[in-house]
Amino acid sequence: MRERYPTYPLLSAVGWLGFAGVGVLLLLVPIANLFVPPGSALHMPDYLVPLIGKYCTYAMLALALDLIWGYAGILSLGHGAFFALGGYCMGMYLMRQIGARGVYGNAELPDFMVFLNWKELPWYWQGFDMFWFAAIMVVLVPGILAFVLGWLTFRSRVTGVYLSIITQAMTFALLLAFFRNDMGFGGNNGLTDFKEILGFNVQAPETRIGLYLASVIGLAATFLLCRWIVTSKLGRVCLAIRDAESRVRFLGYSATGAKLFVFTLSAVLAGIAGALYVPQVGIINPSEFSPANSIEVAIWVAVGGRGTLVGAVLGAFVVNWGKTWLTGAAPDAWLFVLGGLFVAVTLIFPKGIVGLAQQIRLRREAPRAVAKPAEGD
Amino acid sequence: MVRPEMPGRLPGEPDPHLYLSGVTVSFDGFRALNSLSLIIEKGELRTIIGPNGAGKTTMMDVITGKTRPDQGEVFYDGDHDLSKLDEATIANLGIGRKFQRPTVFENLTVYENLELAVKADRSTFATLRGLVTGEMRDTIDRLFETIGLSDRRHELAGALSHGQKQWLEIGMLLGQDAQLLLLDEPVAGMTDHETAATAELILRLAQERTLVVVEHDMEFVRNLGAKVTVLHEGSVLAEGSIDQVQANQRVIEVYLGR
Ligand SMILES: Nc1ncnc2c1ncn2[C@@H]1O[C@H](COP(=O)(O)OP(=O)(O)O)[C@@H](O)[C@H]1O
Ligand SMILES: [Mg+2]
Repeated sequence: MRERYPTYPLLSAVGWLGFAGVGVLLLLVPIANLFVPPGSALHMPDYLVPLIGKYCTYAMLALALDLIWGYAGILSLGHGAFFALGGYCMGMYLMRQIGARGVYGNAELPDFMVFLNWKELPWYWQGFDMFWFAAIMVVLVPGILAFVLGWLTFRSRVTGVYLSIITQAMTFALLLAFFRNDMGFGGNNGLTDFKEILGFNVQAPETRIGLYLASVIGLAATFLLCRWIVTSKLGRVCLAIRDAESRVRFLGYSATGAKLFVFTLSAVLAGIAGALYVPQVGIINPSEFSPANSIEVAIWVAVGGRGTLVGAVLGAFVVNWGKTWLTGAAPDAWLFVLGGLFVAVTLIFPKGIVGLAQQIRLRREAPRAVAKPAEGD
Repeated sequence: MVRPEMPGRLPGEPDPHLYLSGVTVSFDGFRALNSLSLIIEKGELRTIIGPNGAGKTTMMDVITGKTRPDQGEVFYDGDHDLSKLDEATIANLGIGRKFQRPTVFENLTVYENLELAVKADRSTFATLRGLVTGEMRDTIDRLFETIGLSDRRHELAGALSHGQKQWLEIGMLLGQDAQLLLLDEPVAGMTDHETAATAELILRLAQERTLVVVEHDMEFVRNLGAKVTVLHEGSVLAEGSIDQVQANQRVIEVYLGR
């Protein structure tokens, strides 16, 4: 009789159940906002909808980073840059939608360009009045940048901490560039005062819920896409690269090709997340490129559990919820808490929350423990 | 690139499987390989010995594309000049290499390690679709018969013993259907029992493939009973049967008589 071989389902039965459960919970948010009367304990206040929507885009960004860091061992400390680039592409579209409603009433030029005495729209702003064009750019700009950067570095076998430093340098360079007024992206102030998206008022509750739903769907789709990749043979090649890159090459695989693929895809996902983020927070400015932002993303992933997709999502929600709460309660404490988290995650629970939960479960099941590999999520 | 004439080769004789011609590799002025020339015939089993630092591992690095020679060429199966190709291309030409330190994918199961090794389209997009055919499964089954470890197929490779990892790595080379196997110290860290089993495995493999085995363990080399090449300071010091080599005065001086 033939032995049964492992197959790799997208998600286990329990996994699908959890996926559906979280999905239902997230979909309850707008219902509790729209249909539950404000007096009720179950009512979801208006400000929470875009806040949770924002967390969803952060979770997408965390998934993007986990895909390359947790599975292929590429620690990008510049993923915030891809997120911000996607955000700027969306921001440019939103700026063009303002039209003549700006302070200066110029139908063609955004306010900051009028202020700088610019006479016409720079060439790289052309086309951004069309949503489809902006949407393509959201994918292309981060994708091409990541592809070029990846091609240059992976081909010359730059790995580990050197790669991390290069990605930090990239986001820092972009930070400085976007700060400049003559770059044409609004300098220090960035892009803001948005009015409409696809003809809908960005401030209207219905639009906010639409954007929220788009973020939830984006998160679900990103999760399933990443899951599909990590359960594919390519996912196992990535894990193999993480563990022993030269062995992968000597088996005849192009480690460079595999890394380039996941790195580029990851940057595209980060860009889409950024594009969903901007209309919900109503602004994009150069601070999104700050190196510290990208490091924070790595901390989300590490706290949740690197190398498990669920961990990345969990980490993004937990850390950002903590940040939101602390910024209200004790604004100065946040950086210390972040630093503390970083130390705790490296020294005390290197496998994050998910790893901790697995440990507790294993201990409970200790008597009948069998050496069975973790089945991912 | 025209292949240089091989010394002592008769016209009309078939191409050797591997031909290193005057290979030199320097690290900061230090010559790890010094104009090394070596001919390995098709189907041959060759053992290579030499003191630590003789250049054995560096030689494998050159053959497999990890290190580019400063001078010289490496011809495989006729006219492929390996010194111009990258690791993956060389692997796909049919050269498999076991590292000195056993290198398997510790966070994948034993089965998954073999699955990645088994011959299939290696391109990134083919890997993404990554179908495992029935034929591949049969190959994996046969590999398990060859290397043992059947009972541990769904355990993480990191949980294997040192010796078992060596076998798994050899199994991976067989899975990729390598015709030329380079084994760097395959019995290092093995028990006597495991060493004997490995010798048996190597002799079995040598019936169908070309094998180059680098080893320190004299007893093991003797058991293989193959032609021995002694490397010293990056070039060939002596060649012949184990008895001839052990009787060679220069070999005794630099290696055996230490
Ligand atoms: N990457 C490297 N950089 C500098 N020196 C090296 C490198 N690789 C090998 N060497 C040197 O080359 C010599 C040959 O090493 P190696 O081929 O590993 O010897 P063996 O495998 O025969 O013990 C040694 O002296 C070693 O120190
Ligand atoms: Mg060596």
